[in-house]
Amino acid sequence: MVKRVVLSVCALIASSLPFICLGAEKSDLNLPVGVTDISQKVYDLHMTIFYICIAIGVVVFGVMLWAMIFHRKSRGVKAANFHESLKVEVAWTVIPFVILIGMAIPATKTLFEMEDASESDVTIVVTGSQWKWHYKYLDDDIEFYSLMSTPMEQIKNKWVKGDDYLLEVDKPLVIPTDRKVRFLMTSDDVIHSWWVPDFAVKKDANPGFINEAWTRVNEPGIYRGQCAELCGKDHAFMPVVVKALPPEEFDAWMIEQKRIKAEAAAEEARLLAMNMSFDDLMQEGESVYLAYCAACHQANGAGLPGVFPSLINSPITIGGVDGHIDIVVNGKKGTAMQAFVKQLSLKQIAAVVTYERNAWGMNSGDIVQPKDVYQFINQGE
Amino acid sequence: MNSVTSTQDTIQHGSDQGHDSHHGPAKGIKRWLYTTNHKDIGSLYLWFAFIMFLVGGAMAMVIRAELFQPGLQIVEPHFFNQMTTVHGLIMVFGAVMPAFTGLANWMIPMMIGAPDMALPRMNNLSFWILPFAFLILLASLFVEGGGPAFGWTFYAPLSTTYSGDSTALFVFSVHIMGISSIMGAINVIVTIWNMRAPGMTWFKLPLFVWTWLITAFLLIAVMPVLAGAVTMVLTDKYFGTSFFDAAGGGDPVMFQHIFWFFGHPEVYIMILPAFGIISTIVPAFSRKKLFGYTSMVYATVSIALLSFLVWAHHMFTTGMPVYAELFFMYCTMLISVPTGVKVFNWVATMWRGAISYEVPMLFSLAFIVLFTFGGFSGLMLAITPVDFQYHDTYFVVAHFHYVLVTGAIFSLIAAAYYWLPKWTGVMYDVGLAKLHFWCSLISVNVLFFPMHFVGLAGMPRRIPDYSIQFADWNQIISLGGFAFGLSQLIFLALVIKACRKQGEPVADKVWDGAEGLEWTVASPAPYHTFTTPPKIQD
Amino acid sequence: MSQRSVSATQQQANTRLVKRLLLATAIMFGFGFALVPLYDVFCDITGLNGRVYQKDTQQTQAAQNLVAPLTEAEQDNIDVTRSIKLEMMTISQAGGAILFEPIDKTLRIHPGQMAEARFRITNVSKDAKYVQAIPSISPGQAGLYLHKTACFCFEQQHIEANQQNEFVMQFYLDTDLPEDILQMTLAYTLY
Repeated sequence: MVKRVVLSVCALIASSLPFICLGAEKSDLNLPVGVTDISQKVYDLHMTIFYICIAIGVVVFGVMLWAMIFHRKSRGVKAANFHESLKVEVAWTVIPFVILIGMAIPATKTLFEMEDASESDVTIVVTGSQWKWHYKYLDDDIEFYSLMSTPMEQIKNKWVKGDDYLLEVDKPLVIPTDRKVRFLMTSDDVIHSWWVPDFAVKKDANPGFINEAWTRVNEPGIYRGQCAELCGKDHAFMPVVVKALPPEEFDAWMIEQKRIKAEAAAEEARLLAMNMSFDDLMQEGESVYLAYCAACHQANGAGLPGVFPSLINSPITIGGVDGHIDIVVNGKKGTAMQAFVKQLSLKQIAAVVTYERNAWGMNSGDIVQPKDVYQFINQGE
Repeated sequence: MNSVTSTQDTIQHGSDQGHDSHHGPAKGIKRWLYTTNHKDIGSLYLWFAFIMFLVGGAMAMVIRAELFQPGLQIVEPHFFNQMTTVHGLIMVFGAVMPAFTGLANWMIPMMIGAPDMALPRMNNLSFWILPFAFLILLASLFVEGGGPAFGWTFYAPLSTTYSGDSTALFVFSVHIMGISSIMGAINVIVTIWNMRAPGMTWFKLPLFVWTWLITAFLLIAVMPVLAGAVTMVLTDKYFGTSFFDAAGGGDPVMFQHIFWFFGHPEVYIMILPAFGIISTIVPAFSRKKLFGYTSMVYATVSIALLSFLVWAHHMFTTGMPVYAELFFMYCTMLISVPTGVKVFNWVATMWRGAISYEVPMLFSLAFIVLFTFGGFSGLMLAITPVDFQYHDTYFVVAHFHYVLVTGAIFSLIAAAYYWLPKWTGVMYDVGLAKLHFWCSLISVNVLFFPMHFVGLAGMPRRIPDYSIQFADWNQIISLGGFAFGLSQLIFLALVIKACRKQGEPVADKVWDGAEGLEWTVASPAPYHTFTTPPKIQD
Repeated sequence: MSQRSVSATQQQANTRLVKRLLLATAIMFGFGFALVPLYDVFCDITGLNGRVYQKDTQQTQAAQNLVAPLTEAEQDNIDVTRSIKLEMMTISQAGGAILFEPIDKTLRIHPGQMAEARFRITNVSKDAKYVQAIPSISPGQAGLYLHKTACFCFEQQHIEANQQNEFVMQFYLDTDLPEDILQMTLAYTLY
């Protein structure tokens, strides 16, 4: 019986060893080494501490196992009588302490390096908001939102899941390699946490405060991460995707972004002078609604009772058009309803308001044009 | 620690019980509602904790079922968040803490030779408010908008500005839990302080009593802080204060400081009594005195004191000056020294003992190994630069489940197997107990060990859906989870059998190597014990 | 000692201990709330959360004199060997009708030198609005060396409908600023 026990314990420990070794080698079982000098150092530190723990474990559990096998009552041993030894007690207080100092020294060094965000080449403001990330290049006035692009059908198991399921976005953050990029984190609503494992960067985005982190990526590529702080219902659905480009490609990308921005402004101005057709507005409105509104108000407009209000025949959607535009533009303070003027173009706001007043059997026939939204925002004039 | 001469009349009293109705328990439901008997209240606490363990476990099954495959299958994300939140709250405040309080009620008076707890009526009250706290919490799941969905750590502003209408119920329920714990703690302190039998000096106290005394002081120190934190959440949400709202000059990160000032000592509240249990059981089945009794006491005290200096290691990613990070990293690493001393002492106790493997010992050995695993991952988490990678991933989930399930829960099960014969007077079904042990040991590792892998590979915690690279391990984890959940039903069956007195009657001293006053009274322990204090000799 | 009858002395001892423990509980409950001001003090000393708390009038007055031509002694106090890059960052949480932007996006100043940063708040709605700017500085320790002598963030600001206002923040950096801080970011969140 006892032999069986001992054997089983041995078997258990032996069978967990391959797990441990496997864990150390295969990358989908272990920390990524990453693509920055810091992430390499963090990985090395992780492995060092891990091996120290294994060594301590082998010694302590080895002694324990020895006692379990050889100091069994069934072997007829008589218990010894000792129960105190100052020398031994001092030894196993001092030795761990020395080991700890050995761990603390490299940890301290790495920490100082990680926290030195000065002399950066690019500064990017990262703003978390329920449930998407917003990026703004502080020196270039380029900004955009980055939304998860995995379709709801994949999440609901209707379509086959893609390789980057839940880790893909409509517009990734683009950064240059070989330059020091500084991130300033903040939040619009609750606390989020911006995390890219390959950079060993994880920093909380706190509303009303800024935090900073930095990275210098060595290899071009696409790096994926996720929000790491519970931020409400769709916490699982706000991935971080970063595309690292060689510096010259990054510069070209930035020029392109500025051109696109100028074109969008011209397009906005053109739209103000004309009317869009009802069908165009509904079509655009549906896609905007699904991307920005459906997370809370649901694709069928019914919301979640007690959490997110229904839009079907609600005071907003059947009330005055101005009130409807107002809540989309300015949001509602103290709730999850954001001020979408920062996220959507005039055209998109016009389309989504039109959609919300005509979808789900409401058919009010109301049409809201981009210029109506423009007038609403600038109504003081 | 000390040999004991049991006085003649305690034994007599046991056999007296039948014809002395004044001293025996009342009949029916009133016995349990009005009881001030420490054994009755201890049983109530233990049963309550066990029921809550099953309820919280059922929620864990919902969580694991949803995570069995990528994609959303069973529950919506909002409900998933309620499950993770309420699972955490129930396991911490409903299962582990009341179970230890139940053990304290049953065992402390018997271990120190006292007739009862010092404040029997308060004892009754502190138990009977507890079911209401959890009824309120569970009821909140059924109100419109659902129950609390912000994690058991209820970080502001997710729990204030952005929480549902049931937050007031959550706050009220936590207040009641806190009041109950504080009353329990006061009772434990007064009992240990004033009710020890003559000759039961401080350094003769069984280690379980010592660890509970220190735990009780921790409870009094930090439960009021938690009460303060939830009160601030309440006023921020409903009465327009701005403790945690940046717009009004507050700071959401301050919430985390206040919460973890409570939260870290809370972790030790859940593990110190476990150390006491293991320090009782390991010597009994090694047939050898506990190695380093005094150093165990000092290690416990220093862990308790250090626990007030490490709270911010839960919040390294919130952004702190580098010197603050270093301070909290060093203090956290330092805690591993006294914790290590404990593990070394247990191993030294076993060394050259005469070990046998009864079920309480099996669970204790599993505790030592698996709790140490949790300690190792805890040490890794203490290293700030690497913590940035581990933080809020499944690595952390693996860490605290090793510490709390294979730590606190395993110690509670070990304690139940150790003292159950004393409580019921019969030996439980040992075959069933061994089955329970092996099923639990294997499934708990299948459940929690791979969480290290998915965590390191980058899976965040508290998510209802994950990317496909984590699919294989999550399936295994879920299977382990279901197996572990089912295994606990074996325990339920076993305890019911034992309570129905199905089994061989046991002697007063159930285990040959056991020490302590509780083994000098009859089995089952009479309704009243030590009405005359025992004499304690060196 | 008979069953359950606890001696009077023990009863007294119990009551005394219970009272003390209840007092300890009450004190700890109070301590929970005392953590709020303590946290502010702690942040003030360590720069923990990157918020600048000091705003005492004495300093403000002293600094208002500084805006006037500097005396020689004061000029000596400028550390021209270093120039620190300051970035201004604005976040508007006041709804779509309030635009908030820095006019001076980046500044380079010497420690000890008096400087100004200008911000623009535009209210495009038809209603007058009250707004409050909440400052945050990164790295947090840098906040300890930034002395604001005047700031629109000290109090609520009133902005008339359809109006554009310029606001100024006057400040200087302490010459004790640690050598390793070369760059800092001043963020204002408008509520």
